[in-house]
Amino acid sequence: MSELLKSMSPAGDATGEDLSFHPDDVPLAIHDLTVAYHRKPVLWDIDLDIPEGKLVGIVGPNGAGKSTLIKACLDLVPKTSGEVGIYGKPYRDQRHLVGYVPQRESVDWDFPVSALDVVAMGTYRRLGWFRRVGKKEREAAMAALEQVGVGHLADRQISQLSGGQQQRVFLARALAQDAKIYFMDEPFAAVDAATEEAIVKLLRSLNEQGKTCLVVHHDLATVSRYFDWLVLLNMRVVAAGPTSELFTEENLEKTYGGQLNLLNDAAKALSHATR
Amino acid sequence: MNWTSFDTWIVITAALCAVACALPGCFLVLRKMSMMGDAISHAVLPGLAVAFLITGTRASSAMFIGAAIVGILTAVFTQWISKVGNVDRGAAMGIVFTTLFAIGLLLIVRAADHVDLDPGCVLYGAIELVPLDTVRLGEFEVPRAAAVLGVVLIANFGIVVALFKELRLSAFDPALADTLGFSSRFFHYLLMTMVAVTTVASFEAVGSIIVIAMLIVPAATALLLTRRLIPMIAIACGVAFLAAALGHVSALTVPRWFGFDTTTSSGMMAAMTGLLFGLAWLFSPSEGLVIRWLHQRRGSDGLRGGSPAQG
Repeated sequence: MSELLKSMSPAGDATGEDLSFHPDDVPLAIHDLTVAYHRKPVLWDIDLDIPEGKLVGIVGPNGAGKSTLIKACLDLVPKTSGEVGIYGKPYRDQRHLVGYVPQRESVDWDFPVSALDVVAMGTYRRLGWFRRVGKKEREAAMAALEQVGVGHLADRQISQLSGGQQQRVFLARALAQDAKIYFMDEPFAAVDAATEEAIVKLLRSLNEQGKTCLVVHHDLATVSRYFDWLVLLNMRVVAAGPTSELFTEENLEKTYGGQLNLLNDAAKALSHATR
Repeated sequence: MNWTSFDTWIVITAALCAVACALPGCFLVLRKMSMMGDAISHAVLPGLAVAFLITGTRASSAMFIGAAIVGILTAVFTQWISKVGNVDRGAAMGIVFTTLFAIGLLLIVRAADHVDLDPGCVLYGAIELVPLDTVRLGEFEVPRAAAVLGVVLIANFGIVVALFKELRLSAFDPALADTLGFSSRFFHYLLMTMVAVTTVASFEAVGSIIVIAMLIVPAATALLLTRRLIPMIAIACGVAFLAAALGHVSALTVPRWFGFDTTTSSGMMAAMTGLLFGLAWLFSPSEGLVIRWLHQRRGSDGLRGGSPAQG
């Protein structure tokens, strides 16, 4: 509760930064954000306010900067300009409110740890420096594993898991972070149908608890079923808002401009959605 | 074989060095930075030389600090060149450590006109001479190198125990470590500092060849034998110890079988790590070549046994 109160205190007092434009009841407020790699802009002048308790899909073509957007919010890549407020404060003051699911390929799955060890990493911030994982943390990790349906695999070394199971371990780790806002980088990439279903169930249950989830998503066919809010991204924000208003052929054309195959996919997806 | 207290001290010193190296070595291997150990252990040379030229003595504290600083600079330069120059990290490492090593050699050759600091000693060490240079610890007369390496081993062990969860997290998933507030950059440089300090401490006694072997090979061997981090570290330490002991014994005995005189112990210890790795590679119960070959044969013999379950 004290963490909650802390997050409600007036913005900017801890850091002296001017974040007056960030209302502290907005889970994620991005203002004028530009990110460049080797002088090539990847994200350009992003302005975005994500309302609380939404399942937000971040959609756009390859190279649109979807992952970079998440990483910039979490201070994993340097911002060229602009600011990001999480409940009204910079990320470094709000780590306890944020859960992160990186892309599955971002780590070495041959690493000598068990599934339970990986999930327990989600509790490290609460533990702080030097303190070891104890019974409480192991129980929390176990509960998270069970929630995504892989509790029986807790003792497996992670290379012995299938791709879908590995993805669920990553989701369980984010659950163990016990956050208010979750950033997920392509959790649906290359997973089996059972895992896809488990992830959707998990997203819904997080949604029911009033948590905010931002999910980088690739499959246009499922967008309108999975997400109630959308960010259409292609270096800039093409559009952001409720899925029902945004998911139109015109907007998708603007987002995917010129990429014919993808446009065909989009058309198919739309016919799916309207059916 | 004529075993004296000299031999005992040689083995103890080498074992302290080997285990002290194996601890940070495990994390180097897991971070896929094995070559960094190689780079740092070469690059510390100019640090040794400059410290020597400034102080004019081989007093170890000055050389220790000088070399450790250059070791850490190697890591900093590598990072910097690969980022600013946009080149591959391996290439950046190659640029930095060969340059530093060359500068170090030049400096030493210059200095060696006046004193005894020779490049050969730096590469191969002089472990046979270790028992001659002693310090008093309470009632005991202990080789200085053994005392120094003992302190380094305790420090490395202390760091690995105290920061085990953070070291594991930052090696496995540096991005998550950063988002949780455990700076992966801090742990990168902590590890580099451990490697640099351990290398420098090992230098005089055992030379840089054995340091490179002991940093990487025991850890790589352990990774063939287990899929858990704590057992991996324990096995790596065991392999390192075994290689040191067997290395010295076989340096005394093996050449005799063929009618030669005894050979250099540190060379034999490094060779022994390779031998132990080879054994693990062949006979590891999970990853070994023999087991996999047997599995394959059984698989092709008939369908009765079924294929080993995947996942």
